[in-house]
Amino acid sequence: MSDTPDTTQTPVPNARPLSAMPDEHGRFGEFGGVYVPETLVSALRELSEIYAQVQQDRQFWDRLSGLLRSYVGRPTSLFKAEGLTRQARENAPSRERGATIWLKREDLAHTGAHKINNTMGQGLLTRKMGKRRIIAETGAGQHGVASATAAAALGLECDVYMGSEDVRRQHLNVVRMKMLGARVIPVDSGSRTLKDATNEAMRDWMGSVEHTHYILGSVVGPHPFPMIVRDFQSIIGRETKAQCLRLLGALPSAVVACVGGGSNAAGIFSAFVDDEEVKLFGVEAGGRSGKPGDHAAPLTLGAPGVLHGSRSYVLQDDAGQTSPVHSVSAGLDYPGVGPEHAHWKDVHRVTYSSVTDEQALDAFLLCARAEGIIPALETAHALSDGLRIASEMDRDEHLVICLSGRGDKDVEEVDRLIGDKIEPLRARRPRQRTRDKKKKQATGGENGSSPRTDEHHPPSDPGRADQGQSDAQ
Amino acid sequence: MGRIDDIFALARDENRKLLMPFVCAGSPIPGSLGALLGAMERAGAGIVEVGIPFSDPIADGPAIASAMHAALESGCSPAGVFDEVAAARQGLSIGIVAMVSVSIVSAMGGPQAFCQRAHEAGFDGLIIPDCPLEESAALIDAARAHGLSLSLLVSPSTPPERAREIASASTGFVYMLARSGITGERDQAPEIGPRVRELRESTDRPIACGFGIATAEHVRAVVEHADAAIVGSALVRRWRDAHEQGADAVEVGERFVRELASGLHAGAGA
Repeated sequence: MSDTPDTTQTPVPNARPLSAMPDEHGRFGEFGGVYVPETLVSALRELSEIYAQVQQDRQFWDRLSGLLRSYVGRPTSLFKAEGLTRQARENAPSRERGATIWLKREDLAHTGAHKINNTMGQGLLTRKMGKRRIIAETGAGQHGVASATAAAALGLECDVYMGSEDVRRQHLNVVRMKMLGARVIPVDSGSRTLKDATNEAMRDWMGSVEHTHYILGSVVGPHPFPMIVRDFQSIIGRETKAQCLRLLGALPSAVVACVGGGSNAAGIFSAFVDDEEVKLFGVEAGGRSGKPGDHAAPLTLGAPGVLHGSRSYVLQDDAGQTSPVHSVSAGLDYPGVGPEHAHWKDVHRVTYSSVTDEQALDAFLLCARAEGIIPALETAHALSDGLRIASEMDRDEHLVICLSGRGDKDVEEVDRLIGDKIEPLRARRPRQRTRDKKKKQATGGENGSSPRTDEHHPPSDPGRADQGQSDAQ
Repeated sequence: MGRIDDIFALARDENRKLLMPFVCAGSPIPGSLGALLGAMERAGAGIVEVGIPFSDPIADGPAIASAMHAALESGCSPAGVFDEVAAARQGLSIGIVAMVSVSIVSAMGGPQAFCQRAHEAGFDGLIIPDCPLEESAALIDAARAHGLSLSLLVSPSTPPERAREIASASTGFVYMLARSGITGERDQAPEIGPRVRELRESTDRPIACGFGIATAEHVRAVVEHADAAIVGSALVRRWRDAHEQGADAVEVGERFVRELASGLHAGAGA
């Protein structure tokens, strides 16, 4: 379904171009597959068949495009982030370094994150299958809210499984789901977080599959979910590509996205995997440290294994028991990752790394203050590493960071963690200093480290806030 | 012919049906597996299914899942289960089949390495509930190479053609799920007659039936059609309750298995 131009003279040592994955067995190289109880096999086959059918179904895609445009608010803009760019240049080792940073604004999509792209698509598939009820798992609550929203919009019944620990931590989203008409079912087993909510949703589905569709929220789980979720999220990448070609006249040099299960990353990367000149970077949650239980970085610190229906990189002990995970971000707090990411890692197409809780919190505040955008804590991981990468790139290069969601849901948690250390911007940038700096600039002095003011942006500057808005996919 | 084949062949010759109780290793008390296996043999079990605890058992309901979590918390590991089975094997004639997640098999060196260890410990067969036919090729080879039976599962949602393929890929016995959904006790005996008859048309593998079988009456209803009845959650719950109440869990379990076994004999019980 990708409208990516076919440029598949791929240098990657694989018979199959990366954009043509998975194979007919749901494999991305050695990863993926269908490791589920027999009871779910026929449901997954039905889903595969329906999905294959709708590939030819013009009406289905027209309906989805219409909803994405008029209900979700797509296309989302590609925004030139001058404050972050300035920061990258300040951090750069030389004046020749420091790429221009662009933000793909998924935070502007309805419900505040990219999750809605998938839930609207799978919601329509649910209708197509003639099922009346959807279930979903959620960690931070973003996928739960997006599922509840799609259910309300499409006239479906919706139950959301959520670890009781996350119900407590993400109260705001629990209330949103209830208001939208969904039932939130707290899960008390295991670690009481996303992994356990996923177990419970799968258990529900095994007994309800005749009338219920399970909307998995990320590119994880058994085939065909990693493919379907990626495809519904690929609109992020297709829009970004078109916007780059329009605004820059070229592809970006690099694309950066955070990776928990990896759906926003798979969505934006999928449009670029066959373009070898575009470097791709996935950023995992490094948590408190690299010790087991202190992070949620299976690609950087885990090993291949099977979890929740597919083979991928996982965090588990040598007896196969799933390890506890930690991240400041509830949406990245998951011991597995999508199998396609595992494949992209092994064929060296995408570079994966991790950033710590502390680095993510710094980037969270920096983005708020440099750009006036409060990002989701998940996204803050991508912002942190994106800044580092941009500072090492050439000054005339362009780097896109997927701003996967907004951070309203996180403000209480961030306040709890570092609220007492947050200084008002005013205190760090007294008017006196601003005037001094202007004086300096007038005399050709170097720009200081303070956040930008409007004077630094001549109105003719290309690619400002409104530029991407009119881009169709 | 492995032990599982022999047990079913003998039962068939003698026109007997089998009871297959399930025990979660490490539950209700760490280190109690040997004693529980002995009790089940005395009470009339033909084969025992030993669940190796897993952190994320998606096919299991609350009784078995919480027993697994408790066992893991008390330090139970696959290596420890192998040791306990190895220690108990000598004195037992029942068949012992491991129920284990594909995640564990994969983490412990893959199918060949795992099957070798299971065989050396004295297991006679494997059930891997989260590994369907499509993903089973390497396991089928490894199980055969190490003399273990490998029972694949057939669900009510499995189409007849596929059920035939599953039966022919299985060794030892075919595991027929009495219902969709997860493990757990139910009030009603399952209706399996038509499904068993249909499957028998294409296979002569023994058919064992489990999921939701909780009473001697259910056992009777099941073995009217199938070759064996598998009872899990109802037993796991009794062990746990007995342990929590300070009773002798091994004895309580033995008594319950004896009661279940009464359902194997036509006309017995209520």
